[in-house]
Amino acid sequence: MSELVTAGVRPGSRAHLVGLARDYGVYVALGLLVLVNLVITPNFLSVDNLRTQAVQVVPVLVVALGMALVIGTKGVDLSVGSVMALATAMLPMYLGYGPVVAVVICLAVGAAAGLLNGSLVAFIGVQPIVATLALLVGGRGLALVISGGQLREVRNPEIRELGAGSVFGVPYTVLVAVVLVVLVALLVGRTTGGRQLVAVGGNPRAAEFAGLPVKRVLLGVYVIAGVLAAVAGVLATARLTASDPSRLGELIELSAITAVVVGGTPLTGGRVRVLGTVAGAVLMQLITATLIKNDVPASVAQMAQALIIVAAVLVQRERNSS
Amino acid sequence: MSTSQESRSGTVAGMVQRHGALGVLVLLLVVGGLAFDTFLTAYNLGNLAVQASFLAVIALGMTMVIVSGGIDLSVGSVYALSGVLAAYSARWGPLAALLVPLAVAAAIGLVQGLLVGKAKLAPFIVTLGGLLFARGLLQFLTDEGGETYLVPRDSAFLQLGQGSVLGIGVPVLIVVLLYVVGGIVLQRTRFGMRLFAIGGGEDAANLMGLSVTSTKVGVYVLSATLAGLAGAMNAAQLGSGVTVIGVGLELNAIAAVVIGGTLLTGGMGSVSGTLAGVALLFVIQDLINQVGGFNSNLQAVVSGAVLVTVVVLQTLLSRARR
Repeated sequence: MSELVTAGVRPGSRAHLVGLARDYGVYVALGLLVLVNLVITPNFLSVDNLRTQAVQVVPVLVVALGMALVIGTKGVDLSVGSVMALATAMLPMYLGYGPVVAVVICLAVGAAAGLLNGSLVAFIGVQPIVATLALLVGGRGLALVISGGQLREVRNPEIRELGAGSVFGVPYTVLVAVVLVVLVALLVGRTTGGRQLVAVGGNPRAAEFAGLPVKRVLLGVYVIAGVLAAVAGVLATARLTASDPSRLGELIELSAITAVVVGGTPLTGGRVRVLGTVAGAVLMQLITATLIKNDVPASVAQMAQALIIVAAVLVQRERNSS
Repeated sequence: MSTSQESRSGTVAGMVQRHGALGVLVLLLVVGGLAFDTFLTAYNLGNLAVQASFLAVIALGMTMVIVSGGIDLSVGSVYALSGVLAAYSARWGPLAALLVPLAVAAAIGLVQGLLVGKAKLAPFIVTLGGLLFARGLLQFLTDEGGETYLVPRDSAFLQLGQGSVLGIGVPVLIVVLLYVVGGIVLQRTRFGMRLFAIGGGEDAANLMGLSVTSTKVGVYVLSATLAGLAGAMNAAQLGSGVTVIGVGLELNAIAAVVIGGTLLTGGMGSVSGTLAGVALLFVIQDLINQVGGFNSNLQAVVSGAVLVTVVVLQTLLSRARR
């Protein structure tokens, strides 16, 4: 809808500039931050540093991709962190059957979690916040019960290679994230399902009257979010070489929601910006890294993050209200 | 309402929805009393009530915010921050220990309220920013979480958490007082009526000429101030400003409010239901403890399952009413 609005706006006018700011603000901010870093942070452009930043952003980014889809349907998924923990609690248990089987089981658990969330939202009509809150609370508990509350080392060489290895200098985890970004972007931009998702988020009742399979779309979105959370869990576990059900993914739902919103996907639904979400996740990661590298305490970095989140939605305000 | 049959079934469903939490609470108290000798004792219930009082104070503000159609994610962080501020300020006397945290909490609430009410930003994002900011500020004030401030041992401030009148703990008395006042405010004052009107339909409330902005600002100030009070009470009870508390407390408060029959969509709710919801959460936890042999992880699983059951029933009941 905002395309229509922007189309009727005179180039160079204030409304036009506001429109540009909300559509491309996150990229501009990211570009500025990189420039600032080139000046003030030593070795910012070193391969090592870029690789570190990329590897660190992967779990949040992968979770945020699923979150963007959910938010596109006017929902939210608070359970992603617990789903990461629950799914990867399976990893050490099934590694005996080989890494592929173990990873598939993790992803299946993620899908099952998404199925639960999606069913509550789509079929029963529970508010997404509460529906996914239940799994946020219960999921981590279940992960701890299953794993006996223990941190377990992952000794499997293939999983360790997934976490530490790279091809042509690009870490495997980053490659997986890039592939997922492309897949989700194609899903949103090029498929019927993607168009249905946007329609459902924009106006659920209209979508229902138009004969769209609203319930199936909602269910599918939460299942994808669950699977992506499980993937993020596997990647993070591979990098840590240990399954840590009590801490893995803690509060990641907040970082993911932040990345999505800063990236320009409105919480009111009806629009999904996949590349914006990537930029949002990278931006938040770089801000924290920049501040900490320049000896700003973590507490101040967190306060800065809070202000940036609010500033980002202030810029986007006009789209949200339209 | 077209036939008496329908309206009767509607009323029954409505009653269950509004007073279901109370019914389950009474049932659990009876069952618990019959099953465990140590459950229905004045000592155990008194203890339980003091433990529940902090969440109860927070959930009161959350009820009002949710009735207005909003949400306040910042309360857990504001609670922890206020505890630290209270413990720090106790060196300047008991009055400072109470007023400093309340003032800071109210200021945070004011900023959030202005962003929600005046700038019309989504409450979810604004208070997510508040959650991060308050937690960052807490870390900053405590040397990145390394410093724990103690309340002087002879400070009268400690009475706020540890004192008792006629055998009833001061925190419990505060809760009773606040809920009586809160019930009157919500049901019998213009402010309360405006909250319901805004939550029921903001556009309509605007058209009726109600002061939507100031009401919203007021409700976020109220919620933050109550979270501040709960934090101060907790610091008085513990005798120190513990930095790690309050993570995820906002979710417990939301759960209690929802279990108590307040609709997350706004426009309907009661403070008595919330009080029953808070009590229910703590009674369930205590009963699990009484059964014994369960670890705390399983408690989380049970809590999640209870939450799902309650919201599914409520959603189905509220649908039956329509």
